[in-house]
Amino acid sequence: MHVSTIGVSTTSALSGGATSPLGAASPALRPAGPPADGSSPAPPGPEHGGARRRRRDPVTWVRRGGLSTLVLALPMLVVFGVFSWWPIARAVVMSFQHTNLVKVPTWVGWDNFHYVLTDPDLGTAVRNTLWFAFLALLLGFPIPLVGAVLMSSVRRAKGLYSVLAYLPVVVPPVVSVLLWKFFYDGAATGVLNTILGWVGLGPYPWLSSSTMAMPSLVLEATWAAAGGTVIIYLAALLGVPGELYDAAEVDGAGIWRKVWHVTMPQLRGVLFITFILQIIGTAQVFLEPYLFTGGGPANSTLTILLMIYNYAFGRSLGGDYGAATALSVMLAVVLAVLSLVYFRLTSAWSKR
Amino acid sequence: MTVTRLDERRTMRRLRAGRATTDTTDRGFVSESDWQRPGVRRTLRGVHLLLLGVLVVAGVGPMLLLAKFAVTPTQDIIRTPLAVFPHGIEWSNLSRAWNEVHIDRYFMNTVWIALGSWFVQLLVATTGGYVLSVLRPAWGRVVNGLVIATLFVPAVVLLVPLYLTILHPPVVGTSLINSFWAVWLPAGASAFNVVIVARFFDSLPRDVFEAARVDGAGPFRLFWSIVLPMSRPILGVVSVFAFIASWKDFLWPMLVLKDPARQPLSVRLPNIAAQTDLGVFLAALAISTLIPVVVFVLFQRLFLSGAGLGGAVKG
Repeated sequence: MHVSTIGVSTTSALSGGATSPLGAASPALRPAGPPADGSSPAPPGPEHGGARRRRRDPVTWVRRGGLSTLVLALPMLVVFGVFSWWPIARAVVMSFQHTNLVKVPTWVGWDNFHYVLTDPDLGTAVRNTLWFAFLALLLGFPIPLVGAVLMSSVRRAKGLYSVLAYLPVVVPPVVSVLLWKFFYDGAATGVLNTILGWVGLGPYPWLSSSTMAMPSLVLEATWAAAGGTVIIYLAALLGVPGELYDAAEVDGAGIWRKVWHVTMPQLRGVLFITFILQIIGTAQVFLEPYLFTGGGPANSTLTILLMIYNYAFGRSLGGDYGAATALSVMLAVVLAVLSLVYFRLTSAWSKR
Repeated sequence: MTVTRLDERRTMRRLRAGRATTDTTDRGFVSESDWQRPGVRRTLRGVHLLLLGVLVVAGVGPMLLLAKFAVTPTQDIIRTPLAVFPHGIEWSNLSRAWNEVHIDRYFMNTVWIALGSWFVQLLVATTGGYVLSVLRPAWGRVVNGLVIATLFVPAVVLLVPLYLTILHPPVVGTSLINSFWAVWLPAGASAFNVVIVARFFDSLPRDVFEAARVDGAGPFRLFWSIVLPMSRPILGVVSVFAFIASWKDFLWPMLVLKDPARQPLSVRLPNIAAQTDLGVFLAALAISTLIPVVVFVLFQRLFLSGAGLGGAVKG
């Protein structure tokens, strides 16, 4: 029995009463007709014209559940409105304003953008962020992929492998950074230098060298994040249809050729996605440079996000909210354009 | 309630069956006959063992070291970090971290912040998902679009304007700086939560909702007695991720909780690093790691399925 949604919600709300126990009556057999107690002035029958006419009337709007829908939507509307939609809109406006919380914001046109683009540190920050993103891809893209493919062929205790791989992801990032900062101690008795000393390497200066600082940050960041990517790949590997492997075997394919010609093409979609997500994520790296090095030594780990933070909240500068939002809006636009171009390109490849 | 129970069970069975069938069709790139070949088997076993070794050293190694440092005398940590207790065990690191460095207070702050964020996220995601997926008002499409649109805005764009909103919130009037609400409420604005909950609600059988409506259940009753009990798996996933994400959060609590007495562990730890004895400090790090790791080990299935789900939604 098919009942139109409009008719059901009107009549059931009026006639049944919310107190009737669910499932006690046979639900599907109750007619969707007018209420029996006659307490309602609502016209019988869910005629279409009537429904359209009633929509404008606030009383029937409430009766038909409009108000309770609104009440249920309230947490979402308020929280998103105040803490997401409004700040996003405000970010765009603020990037064209001069704001210092004391005076009324003044409209300054493109001044903030001009100021940020001529900041001598911007070039360094952009280069460093690109360098971080590149190193993070170099380490963080192949390692989880190889790991996940190998893990998918494990037959016993597969869960143990997943748990071990995911464990660093649940460690609070601040703790892992502070712990690794201790590991990176440049003295010969530092943890990593001790280990490398066993095989005759080092001691290395790690964070205090302007060339080694960034790779050190990337190493820790990869350690902290690789497990999440592994789990995503594992889920995708489970989705590869077994028939494809059966077919490949009929054609006489060995393990390598199955991995290369069946598994990899099947993972293409998820690989495309994780690739761009990783770039978007690394473009916004903040925690590692902030806690490990504070942007040093000699600005060698100054990233775009660190610049935004310093504009707005830094000790010496600080309070330049216009410049901070201008730079963050520019970063967002660049990332949006990059993703658009990327999805255009990859969808063309996927079709081919 | 019997109808609900039955249908809940049926849904659960269907979900489980769905997973089971993919499991059976999935067989991986190594076939049974591959496993029969001794050369292949030996190589694979060796590779798996090697992988396990790498995972243990890389994944658990740093954690084990941290646990060891937490009970090692500071002088030993500095001079011989990798020696196994050359001068005995220093249990007092832990008690000094807890009592003298006031890790107890920051720990409780962290728990409160995590619980509040969890509650707000769950409230917004379930009611929002319910409105968008089940009630579907005429304006639902617009709101749905606006919610999804926020997924494409990088979090950094929000940083400064959100901070200013907390300084001068609408309606409330007084600044929310140093109030836990400043962390709890923005945590709720997670489009990802709303989307995965709404997608799960989409998969619930419509005929049950219709039956309940015909039976006189209003929207609140339908939400509380039918939709929520049927959605335990997704509520679990959202819950563990909300809790852990809040425990891990650093930048935002640092900006809005300026009073050290209100700060969570993640904000406090970098600040106490300089003036705290190394052994005590590493003990504090170990204490901060304990709860998330325990939660993960207890609910590992939820975590791992949720992390895979993240990939599925993003993909």
